[in-house]
Amino acid sequence: MDFDLNEEQQMIKKMVADFADKEIAPVAAQYDQEEKFPEEIVKKMGALGIFGTVIPEEYGGGGFDYISHALVAEELGRVDSSVRGIYSVQISLVTLSILRWGTEDQKRMYVPRLASGEILGCFGLTEPNSGSDVASMQASAVLDGDSYVLNGNKMWISNGCADVALIFAKTDKSAGHRGITAFIVDTKTPGFSSRDIHGKLGLRASSTAELILEDVRVPKENVLGNPGDGFKVAMSALDNGRYTVAAGCVGTAQGCYDVAKKYALERVQFGKPIAGHQLIQEHFAEMAINIDAGRFLVYRAGHLKNKGVRCTREVSMAKLFCSEMVNQVAYRAIQIFGGYGFSNEFPVERFYRDARINTLYEGTSEIQKLIIASGDLGVSAFV
Amino acid sequence: MRIVVCIKQVPSTEAKVQMDPVKGTLIREGVESVVNPFDEYAIEEGVRLKERYGGEVIAVSMGPPQAKDALRQALAMGADKAALLSDRAFAGSDTLATAYTLSLAIKKLGEIDLVICGKQATDGDTAQVGPGLAQRLGFRQLTYVCKVREINLEGKKIVVERLLDEGVQVAETTLPALMTVVKDINQPRLPNVISIRRAARTEIPIWGPQDLNGDQAKFGFDGSPTQVVRIFTPPPRAGGQILEGEVPEVVSKLLDALSSQQVISI
Repeated sequence: MDFDLNEEQQMIKKMVADFADKEIAPVAAQYDQEEKFPEEIVKKMGALGIFGTVIPEEYGGGGFDYISHALVAEELGRVDSSVRGIYSVQISLVTLSILRWGTEDQKRMYVPRLASGEILGCFGLTEPNSGSDVASMQASAVLDGDSYVLNGNKMWISNGCADVALIFAKTDKSAGHRGITAFIVDTKTPGFSSRDIHGKLGLRASSTAELILEDVRVPKENVLGNPGDGFKVAMSALDNGRYTVAAGCVGTAQGCYDVAKKYALERVQFGKPIAGHQLIQEHFAEMAINIDAGRFLVYRAGHLKNKGVRCTREVSMAKLFCSEMVNQVAYRAIQIFGGYGFSNEFPVERFYRDARINTLYEGTSEIQKLIIASGDLGVSAFV
Repeated sequence: MRIVVCIKQVPSTEAKVQMDPVKGTLIREGVESVVNPFDEYAIEEGVRLKERYGGEVIAVSMGPPQAKDALRQALAMGADKAALLSDRAFAGSDTLATAYTLSLAIKKLGEIDLVICGKQATDGDTAQVGPGLAQRLGFRQLTYVCKVREINLEGKKIVVERLLDEGVQVAETTLPALMTVVKDINQPRLPNVISIRRAARTEIPIWGPQDLNGDQAKFGFDGSPTQVVRIFTPPPRAGGQILEGEVPEVVSKLLDALSSQQVISI
């Protein structure tokens, strides 16, 4: 076993850390307060090739490994979870899915433009009445000549301002989850519209939207995978998505730790910096252990991904642990800040709000537990 | 146009560096190393000149094996090649021996039009290696350059602006030349994902004394006449004086203070 990062992993971590500190940190609070999508930052990330990290070079990416992919998510998450979310959706849910399931034409058409950030992608699975229970989705796709006609609503869609959407819809309503098909949809197609969702607790700088599809015509060639493969496409996408969510949580927790450390060394109470108080040290010990435990769960999953073996269980373990962990760490960080942590004068308040979504999206903590346990026990807890 | 950029790996400017009081050297263990910040401007300027005039940029560093990381950073920022001078024989070099060793490496690289160095390193702060290197190479030297106005490759001429205490001086000289740069010259770029990938794959040769055609007695500790008598942290700067009161009163007090200390004459 080797716990050291190799040279290129160290280099990409440093570059993204520098980028996050110089370009994102100074404006993160403002974008959060104004609920503004950080278009300028996304453009710069595209120019630096960040959206292509783990994408093979032949499709315009950097050809880095999955540990590097996690490091990028970690460094973005350390500073701004909204930006980390944009990265996760673009690369993990959309680009890697097209790479895994797409035809050569689809890959050539979309992957280089997604990897360069020229176009933005989103992932339309969840519906107003279909969350954890994916098979209950209502969106439909009916074959009519050379194209499918899509109808339905998709809810809580990150990167809602995207140029291209992966849309999941039922092509066979009687076949349960085997009746779902994935489509690559140009969001400028007539009948496709979106409604921005505001007033979120966290991730306020990410664009979240409801997608509305009214008789949207999608050519047959835009089916991703085979008709009926949609559920498999979605699950493999979520395997990648959860991996970067988990890494992002490690980063946000690290961000909490870093600001709390700085504060605890400066803040004086009872005649000495509070870092020297025993109960404050307990917070730091607990944070440090849990951040590392989460980080190693992520890297283990990344190691399996690098080997190309199935690791749904390990990814779920990382996602479950890290998403719960970051909430605990953010709680402790605010506890260390005291009253100042309750104000938006310090970033820890934003970290705390941003942490909350992680146990909910891309599979709730409860769903992760069912994936881990039912796989281990060989008995499904799903209906 | 062939450009050499000389860089040094130094302890991170954010790290708390401690001195070994007996040896008079820096304690480098456990301290994060970075490219000397002034050298980042040198790398950036080299890459920009290459983009403007064509050619190649070669990054050269002397230091322990881990100084390769600094050269990788230069490659990621756009340098085409790199070479590391690293050998026990080079250990303990002062600025004289360093300039000598670097000059041999640059001669080994063939015909060079321009050498770029940062104005000084943030650890030793001597600002001697650049000028010393120019002397050894027999190149014209331009220190504290804040802007390259023009390079005429056919006419072998370079026109730069130098940032001096009194103002900006426009200087012209002939190539080959060596310039040291200040931070006003540019804003160093972040390397992109693809260039990092390329940098990580680029072989960096390590050169020792056997690779350089030089006088062994001028390398390393033996070639270094400088003796460090004592090394210490200067006392922290005493706090300034805060003048209080109404504006006209404060202004008058300030003028008195400045003129009594001969900062200004009234």
